[in-house]
This record gives sequence, C-alpha cells and structure tokens, in this order.
Amino acid sequence: MIIKGRVWVYSDNVDTDVIIPARYLNTSDSKELAKHCMEDIDESFAKEVKNGDIIVAGYNFGSGSSREHAPIAIKASGVACVIAKSFSRIFYRNAFNIGLPILESNVVDELEKSDEIEVDTKKGQIKVLKNGKVFESSVIPEFMQRLIESGGLFNYAKEILKV
Amino acid sequence: MGMTISQKILANKANKDEVKPGEIVMADVDLTFANDITAPIAIDFVKRLGVDVFDKGKVALIPDHFTPNKDINSANQCKIMRDFVMERNLPNYWETGEVGIEHALLPEQGYIKPGMLIVGADSHTCTHGALGAFATGMGSTDLGFAFATGKSWFRVPESIKFIYKGKRKKWVVGKDLILYTIGKIGVAGALYKSMEFTGDAIRELPMEDRLTMCNMAVEAGAKNGIVEPDEITVEYLKERGIENDQYGILKSDADAEYSSLIEIDVSNIEPQVAFPHLPSNAKGISEIKDDIKINQAFIGSCTNGRISDLREAAKVLKGKKVAKYVRLIIIPATVQVYRQALKEGLFDVFLDAGAVISTPTCGPCLGGYMGILADGEVCVSTSNRNFVGRMGSKKAFVYLSSPAVVAASAVAGKIIHPDEVLK
Ligand code: SF4
Repeated sequence: MIIKGRVWVYSDNVDTDVIIPARYLNTSDSKELAKHCMEDIDESFAKEVKNGDIIVAGYNFGSGSSREHAPIAIKASGVACVIAKSFSRIFYRNAFNIGLPILESNVVDELEKSDEIEVDTKKGQIKVLKNGKVFESSVIPEFMQRLIESGGLFNYAKEILKV
Repeated sequence: MGMTISQKILANKANKDEVKPGEIVMADVDLTFANDITAPIAIDFVKRLGVDVFDKGKVALIPDHFTPNKDINSANQCKIMRDFVMERNLPNYWETGEVGIEHALLPEQGYIKPGMLIVGADSHTCTHGALGAFATGMGSTDLGFAFATGKSWFRVPESIKFIYKGKRKKWVVGKDLILYTIGKIGVAGALYKSMEFTGDAIRELPMEDRLTMCNMAVEAGAKNGIVEPDEITVEYLKERGIENDQYGILKSDADAEYSSLIEIDVSNIEPQVAFPHLPSNAKGISEIKDDIKINQAFIGSCTNGRISDLREAAKVLKGKKVAKYVRLIIIPATVQVYRQALKEGLFDVFLDAGAVISTPTCGPCLGGYMGILADGEVCVSTSNRNFVGRMGSKKAFVYLSSPAVVAASAVAGKIIHPDEVLK
C-alpha cells in the first residue's frame, strides 16, 4: 500500500490519555471519539485533520491505558497511518487488530508540521518529499502480516472457529 | 538454555517444550476479563461472530470504572455488559454493591493462581503477576478474540531481572520500590519486556505490596510484571481457600537468559514522589526543596486501594485534621476492603480527619468522576499515572506517592514525609 499525505508531528511518550481523554470514554462511537482526538496535546488537530493525513511521533507512542478507543479515534479522524520511533505494546496490538497501519521509523526527526511524505508499507520505506530523503522502517512480523492478510483479528477468529 | 518463569508459562499454555524471546505463539488462556469501558467492544466482537464464549467460568465482566453510573452514556455501556451477562448466563459478574476495582477484586476473590495465563482488556492486568501468573493487558478486540476462542497470540518477551536487596526503611512500601525503579529505567525502560522482581527484599515483601509493584510494570512499558511464588503466595491463597494442590509452582531456571540484570539496594530508598507528568519523574522526598502545596489528596485505585494501604493512611491520619481547603478522597478498592476498614474503625479515623469516603470505583484515578481536578490544581495521589489531563483538567498537576505520604500531605497541605506530621 502506498500512502501519501501531510504530517502532524508529535514528540515522545504521546499517551492514550491525551489521544483520547477518559472523560470521553463513556462511548465507543468512533465519530464521537474522533471529535476529541489529541485534544489535550493539540486542540487544532480534531478541527483541521484531513482524510489521508499521517501522524509522526517519537518514542513510546500510545503509552498508558489499553483503551482501543485511542487507535479508533485516530482512524476515525481519517488518519491513514501512524509512524513513530517506537510504540507502546498494547497500542501496537490494538492498531493492527483494528486495521490502522503503523510503522516504526525515525522519520520524525526530519519533519515539520504539514510536510508531505510518501509511505510504502510493503517495502517499509518512507520518502520525505521536500528533500527526497528515504527512511527505512522495521518490517512487520510474519504472523502479523498474516493477520492483516486475513483481514484483522475478526476474520482470523472466523477461520479458527469455522463460522 | 533455561527459561524464565514467564517463558515457562507461555510454553505450557502454547503446548510447547520451549519458547524463545521474540517468538510469536498462540496460547490457551485461563482467565479473560474486561471492564465497563472495554467490554462493550469485546462483546460486540463475540456477537458479530455469532458464537458463545469459550468457557463461561473463565470469563469475568467487571463494571468498575464508572459505577455507580456517572451519566447516561456510562449507564448504557454497563447495560450492554449486564444484558450480555444475563443473556449468556455468565457467572463472573459483580453488580454495583458487590463490585470492586478489577485488579483488586480478582486476586482478593481467589480468581488468580500461580502459573495461569491471564488476559484482561485493561493495561493494569499485569498486577496479577504478583501471584506468579503471566498476566498482561490488551485491547478490546484482543479480548473479544479471547472470549470467543479461548486463545490469544503473544510475542514471547525478553525478561529483565530486578534484584532487590537490603532492608526497607520505615514508611517505605512496594509503591516506593516501583516508583524508584521506574525512575531509574524510564517509562519505556522495559518496553515489550517482562519485569521479574526477585531478591531478598521481595521475598520479605507482603503480597499487597507485590501487587502494587506488578501493577505499575506497565508504567515502564512492560508486557508483564512477575514474582516467583513462595510461602507468602501460598499463605495468601490459603486464606482464600485455595490449597497448594490446586496449582503448580513454576520458577525461573538458574541458567535462564535475561536481557539485563538490575540490582537495587532498597535500604537506600526513601519515600518516593513522582512529579508531573510522568511516573518516571520520581524523586526521594528529601530532594523536594520548595513547598508543593496541594488542593486534593487521593487514596485509592488498583495500585493502592487495598486494606494495608488504608491502614497505612490511618496510622498517619489518626487524631489529625486535613488542612484547610484541601480535599482528601479515600476509595476502598473493593467491598471487602470497605467492610474491613469499617470494622477496624478506620472510617472513624478518616471521617474525624475530614476525609470523604466513596464506594469502590476507579473514579478520579482516570479523571472519571468523584474528584475531578480544576485548572491549575495540584493533587497528590496513590494511583499509577500522572499524565496530562489524567485526573481532570489538562492544566492540573498530579504527583504520585504512597498512601502514608498522601495522608501526611493532606494534613500538612503540602507534600511531606509522614514523620514530619507525626512528630
Ligand atoms: S483504578 Fe485507575 S488504573 Fe486501576 S483499573 Fe481503575 S482506572 Fe485503571
């Protein structure tokens, strides 16, 4: 998959409490959640985010709670993919399970808000359009590639249970 | 090559002789649970599949975050849970009046045994490793999958071995050891890894303190925290009517591989305070030079809402008054803790001091209700997270500490060592 879009840039340790604050967790409605996405770190995000935008960040993105509402809110905001230096492990699982592509890379160091990048998720390559620099991302483990191929955890459950 | 206790449990449950760090395995789980925030999505997953849960006895649904329901939306979420429980006739459900915070409730009620593989749709599921189980938090879709299939996939983690030596100082509890540890390694210091807590100082540590330590493993990014079972574990289970023929005890091999060994001399550790806005901003209390005035003090949560925590707080609060214009909120984590505290007269101590006592709930820990912070306010809390906006306003400041320090701070109106209040 090739994803081309403009970036929102964040630093290290963006936790799930700022991605979607607990005061909005009394619903699982994705559109409702998207309205408050990133609110406590960047009030402009929910207002200005466009379909196909990309979030790039530093280390330990998505740390904190297990709330799947965090990747759900990001996905429902129209974000096409998240690229960070590293992810908290629960966020990492959740993103795969709900079909939000995420990649590990240091590309954030090269970027400013609204720069454009092109991501090749298969090859694991990220191109910075303003200067043509290419960053490699870590490869997705084979098991998780299979998960994505079967269409996420739901279809995988169907296969196992033969329903 | 030998295996760590975490590897052994995963190997057992994946039906393998051996597993190696980095390997991904599909394993059978012994207990699966979710709360009122995470259950609705997991329930929807099971319903859409059109199947039953894999084993009624191994599914627990615990409405603890926003109960008694704080508003219409949270009532609707609990209703989804309750309807599902009623429709499927699931035995492990606790109504308001019985429910407690999941990570306090499950061990207390004897649901956790050594060697179990446990997944919960809550990040603090790692708490249960204190009993020698492999327990880890996941998201709702993962739990939906586990509810339906009885399985979950795991990347076998590398382990870090923490060796705690020496005698603890007065007032130093499990909370201080774990805050100190996270302060040392950072919030991603154990990312994707297992934190194995060992050493003489752990062998002497009461079970409730071990639960506190494992509870915060996730605050260092860990997949799980774990303590090898010993006499204290056996005793804790016996008190719950679980004899040692009902579980096996696994230990790490002497030649097990660790990604690192970290030795900590606990005799040098003083009461710890984690400054805003990360649990890793831990400092020894004597390092605090300027007064940190507080507006609110909170004693509760799955980290420190157990009976030993309330006893520690009461030791400090006895005969004292909460400072003027400071709110002290105390929330026993379960009904059993609530009743026990009442019986022991702790409620009188708290009420005489001017504290308010709530029914068991997560409440203010995650900024839900029952003690939300206003702009610019400062709270010292026994909970596990002090992120921006965690307890209400994103302009508020949360400091983390032990029950004794929080109680002392409530009396002094500023963050302070318990000895200062008692002298
Ligand atoms: S007490 Fe706090 S940390 Fe523990 S389960 Fe509840 S919200 Fe989560």
